[in-house]
Amino acid sequence: MKIAVLSGKGGTGKTLVSVNLAAAANHANYLDCDVEEPNGHLFFKPVDIQSEDISIKIPVVDKMLCNGCRKCVDFCKFNALTYIYDRLVVFESMCHSCGGCVLLCKEDALTEKTKNIGVVQRGVSENVNVATGILNTGEASGIPIIKNLLNYSNENDKYTFIDSPPGSACTTMESIKDADYCILVAEPTIFGVHNLSMVYELVNLFGKPHGVILNKCLDEKNPAEEFCIENNIKILGKIPFEDELGKLNSNALIAVRENEKYYSLFSNLLKIVSKEVTK
Amino acid sequence: MKILIPSNEKSMDSSVCQSFGRAPYFLIYDTNSKEDIYIDNSATASLGGAGIKAAQTVVDNNVYAVLTPRCGENAASVLKTANIKIFKTKNSSIKDNIIAFNEDKLSLLSEIHAGFHNHGDK
Repeated sequence: MKIAVLSGKGGTGKTLVSVNLAAAANHANYLDCDVEEPNGHLFFKPVDIQSEDISIKIPVVDKMLCNGCRKCVDFCKFNALTYIYDRLVVFESMCHSCGGCVLLCKEDALTEKTKNIGVVQRGVSENVNVATGILNTGEASGIPIIKNLLNYSNENDKYTFIDSPPGSACTTMESIKDADYCILVAEPTIFGVHNLSMVYELVNLFGKPHGVILNKCLDEKNPAEEFCIENNIKILGKIPFEDELGKLNSNALIAVRENEKYYSLFSNLLKIVSKEVTK
Repeated sequence: MKILIPSNEKSMDSSVCQSFGRAPYFLIYDTNSKEDIYIDNSATASLGGAGIKAAQTVVDNNVYAVLTPRCGENAASVLKTANIKIFKTKNSSIKDNIIAFNEDKLSLLSEIHAGFHNHGDK
């Protein structure tokens, strides 16, 4: 089963939840799709790493063949092509690699070249296969890297945890597209409710079964919990806001591998999640 | 010669738009005939690359120079390739800037900003 972990903003606890759930399973895949700043590998410290370069297609112009019809310029929604007096110029950083310009060119003046945009690293950390997507700084879109990460997941493994990018934009959509279940991680603040509502809307739009893990819980009013009750959203469990967990986490240690208490907390969460997924 | 100014309205009495790429209109002013014409900037609603598309409009209108408070690097690159000069506006009045241009009192825009790409769209 593929379980995506998402939240409306960074720092809510996506990595804490996905890393510890994967570590609590007997055998699991952990896919870090937060390609702009992947950090799951800092906890897992995977070994036997194999790297795969990820590239995209970018148009190249043959100036001799281009007749200046501008069909490609008018077509490109991202304005990656301009026609300056007598020649076509490509702005590589604006290109989203849709390939439309190449298809449209009747003169065959446009062909494609490959451009490296990042890397996927695969390694092992005890019981977890760890795959990390890393997008080169300045690249427009991490989607091709996320596609590569999701293709990999081994069907024989019971659990695949997808650590999604924060927010609800294209990269997040890509990372949850094939997920069987979505875990929304929420903070106990008004701001946290706002962020939770964003991803709640997204998973509903995608028709994904989902539940919420309330992170950083204190013995006081929890607006995120109230939001869940009001909207009849399943609360999968609560993670307390405490020093012990904070210290383990800030030392890049995996709580379930260090401390019996957290092992039982996340094992229990895993059982609840599994039950929800197979429901 | 023809010069182009991003404008907020279709009038010589309107103000210079602070954004080049997403300005609602472009004023094309002919310094010889004193004629002013306004064109819609089709780049305003672009998903991305508004500066590039706006610069394409500038190139297609065969102007000598652009008068603008700011210009992003992609737009500047298109204009540079087309040998179109970029002058920095002094204030928000279109008339004042045309007078200053005619008197050779505007300087070339030296600061090209890195653009505001992907804002709100990661």
